[in-house]
Amino acid sequence: MSEPVTMMAAPMRLDYVFTPGVAQGKNMHGLERGVFIGQRCPKCKKVYTLSRGSCPTDGVPTDEIVELSNTGTVTTYCVVNVPFAGQSIELPYICAQILLDGANLSFMGLIQEIPAGEIRMGLRVEAVWVPPDELGPTMASVKYFRPNGEPDAAFETYKEYL
Amino acid sequence: MSGFPALTSGHRPVGVVSFAQHDNVRRDGEHNDVEMLLPVIAEVFGNVGITKDDVGFICSGSTDYLVGGPFSFVGALDAVGVWPPRAESHVEMDGAWALYEAWVLLQEGEIDSALVYSFGRSSPGNLSEILALQLDPYYMAPLWPDPCSLAALQAQALIDTGRASEADFAAVAARARRSALGNPKAQLAYDRSPEELLREDYEVAPLRRHALPPLTDGCAAIVLAAGDRAYELCERPAFITGIDHRVETHALGARDLTRSASTTLAGQKAGVGKAGVDVAELHAPFAHQELILVDALGLADDVEVSPSGGALAANPIMSAGLIRIGEASTRIWSGLADRAVAHATSGPCLQQNLVCVLEGV
Amino acid sequence: MADEGVHYSADHVLEYPYVRSVGPTVGAFLTGLRDGKVVGIRGTGGRVIVPPTEYDPDTGDETTDVVDVGPEGVVTSWSWVPRPRPKHPLQTPFAWILVRFDGADTSFLHVMPASGPDEVATGMRVRPEFAPEAERVGHVNDILHFVAVGGGA
Repeated sequence: MSEPVTMMAAPMRLDYVFTPGVAQGKNMHGLERGVFIGQRCPKCKKVYTLSRGSCPTDGVPTDEIVELSNTGTVTTYCVVNVPFAGQSIELPYICAQILLDGANLSFMGLIQEIPAGEIRMGLRVEAVWVPPDELGPTMASVKYFRPNGEPDAAFETYKEYL
Repeated sequence: MSGFPALTSGHRPVGVVSFAQHDNVRRDGEHNDVEMLLPVIAEVFGNVGITKDDVGFICSGSTDYLVGGPFSFVGALDAVGVWPPRAESHVEMDGAWALYEAWVLLQEGEIDSALVYSFGRSSPGNLSEILALQLDPYYMAPLWPDPCSLAALQAQALIDTGRASEADFAAVAARARRSALGNPKAQLAYDRSPEELLREDYEVAPLRRHALPPLTDGCAAIVLAAGDRAYELCERPAFITGIDHRVETHALGARDLTRSASTTLAGQKAGVGKAGVDVAELHAPFAHQELILVDALGLADDVEVSPSGGALAANPIMSAGLIRIGEASTRIWSGLADRAVAHATSGPCLQQNLVCVLEGV
Repeated sequence: MADEGVHYSADHVLEYPYVRSVGPTVGAFLTGLRDGKVVGIRGTGGRVIVPPTEYDPDTGDETTDVVDVGPEGVVTSWSWVPRPRPKHPLQTPFAWILVRFDGADTSFLHVMPASGPDEVATGMRVRPEFAPEAERVGHVNDILHFVAVGGGA
């Protein structure tokens, strides 16, 4: 008699059709055109980037659409030195929270065209988009952010967003 | 203020004071979960003139497998707004169980009101496959049995006892869909005779199409309030005088599928039989399950069963149980009923059941 | 380029290559299937639970001895699927059956080919059709399906 069975393969696969909803659809439509979209809360007036359609503070629809600047400020960052499976960027690279001008919520982006040792809070950056014929309704439309040459932003301008 | 009813469960009277539900539709591919919830949350607060800042606790029911998005329940909180930070909890179950958790917290006396909501869309994924994953993972899930196939096993077992026939299933479905004609939120409503329904083909024998629930996208919300606060928000609160939930074994083949022992016990603990029942909103997704539930709860012949049309009229996953509590409550508020029973189920073949007795004063 | 009111959608797959440790009780059943036989386990009052669980589902008592059952059994309920779904074990019309193996007190879910609902009935005697020995791995699918004993309904 052979050994008792101790393990069982139980592969699981589920197929979905993902639909983003109205608000995220508008964000994606912006990305497809090479523009960042913000959505303003009618109550607290904050502008959210990549909004899901609601102000997470007030719980009301963020119906007002605003086109945001292509430039922003690094609020905080980290330098990645650890290789991982599926890695497509050369080490070390910089991952930063970017607060677009006119927005009240930062999001994560890749920083390039600056040595890792020179990254800093307050660095002014601009988005570099993929060529127009490669733009799509996805964050992959943004290749990365790079320094735009402006003087660093004062800490007071972004301290609320850390 | 008219005082409070005697309680079978708990010691503090807690009433359902507001209820709202989304339109029940086959597929809402336009909105995300947050966008579906926003108007429902606004309505459930608006009905009683309060805001998110007026409730002491928020509890929701949903499952991330429906959209294949981990922690989608956390994102859904954006529909309420949770800043400053709020006391909040979540169950991976129908919203009826979220209501139970909120009721328990309200018993402690620290808070006076709570928001309960649930949401789920059947449309993004394949519900037949998703629900197979709640089964025993060694013996059943690898066979990928769908809920309809398992419900049909239960229906056949019921037929074999001689207590019900396919014609009885059709009669339940015909009555439910006819009742649903009066429910503006119903997804499936019609006036067709049982004889006509019996001419349909088998979906999974012995169940024909009419005996199955529709696939539904939807969401719902309820506000609970305790003691005097209930009367501040509602002229005639639907007080929860009894509530209990029970579960049966995961081993399907070890259960008597023709009886619902868990419903019977939950009904006894909730005090269903202590007085007459005017109306019962039963969460019976498959027509034959209503017959099993009526039997398990010992409901008399004169009890009006699921006047909303029940889950046969709309079956928004994760919300259909909570909606039963909401529908039963609306009949207390309006004075159409003084004592109502609401029931919610979860799992294959009525595996887990919650029974709630609602009374007006 | 899309218009303002455009509704995007995208295919999304959730996939996990789980391997489960089965433990001694489930393991005994799966080992049995791999070896071409069916076993159950004794629960409260000596009743035999198939498929075996670590505890008696009714009482919570720990289950004890592994015992051979079947391989023949009786159908305790069934449902008939005219249009199988892609993940179902059979891709032509079939019946789900709950089978109480001879010597068992609970039922086991599996499938039986059936071109119509009149080919399956409660009380029918059935036996498992095992996959060839070389293909069995210790899995419920080591039973390909059930067949009626004597070959007919």
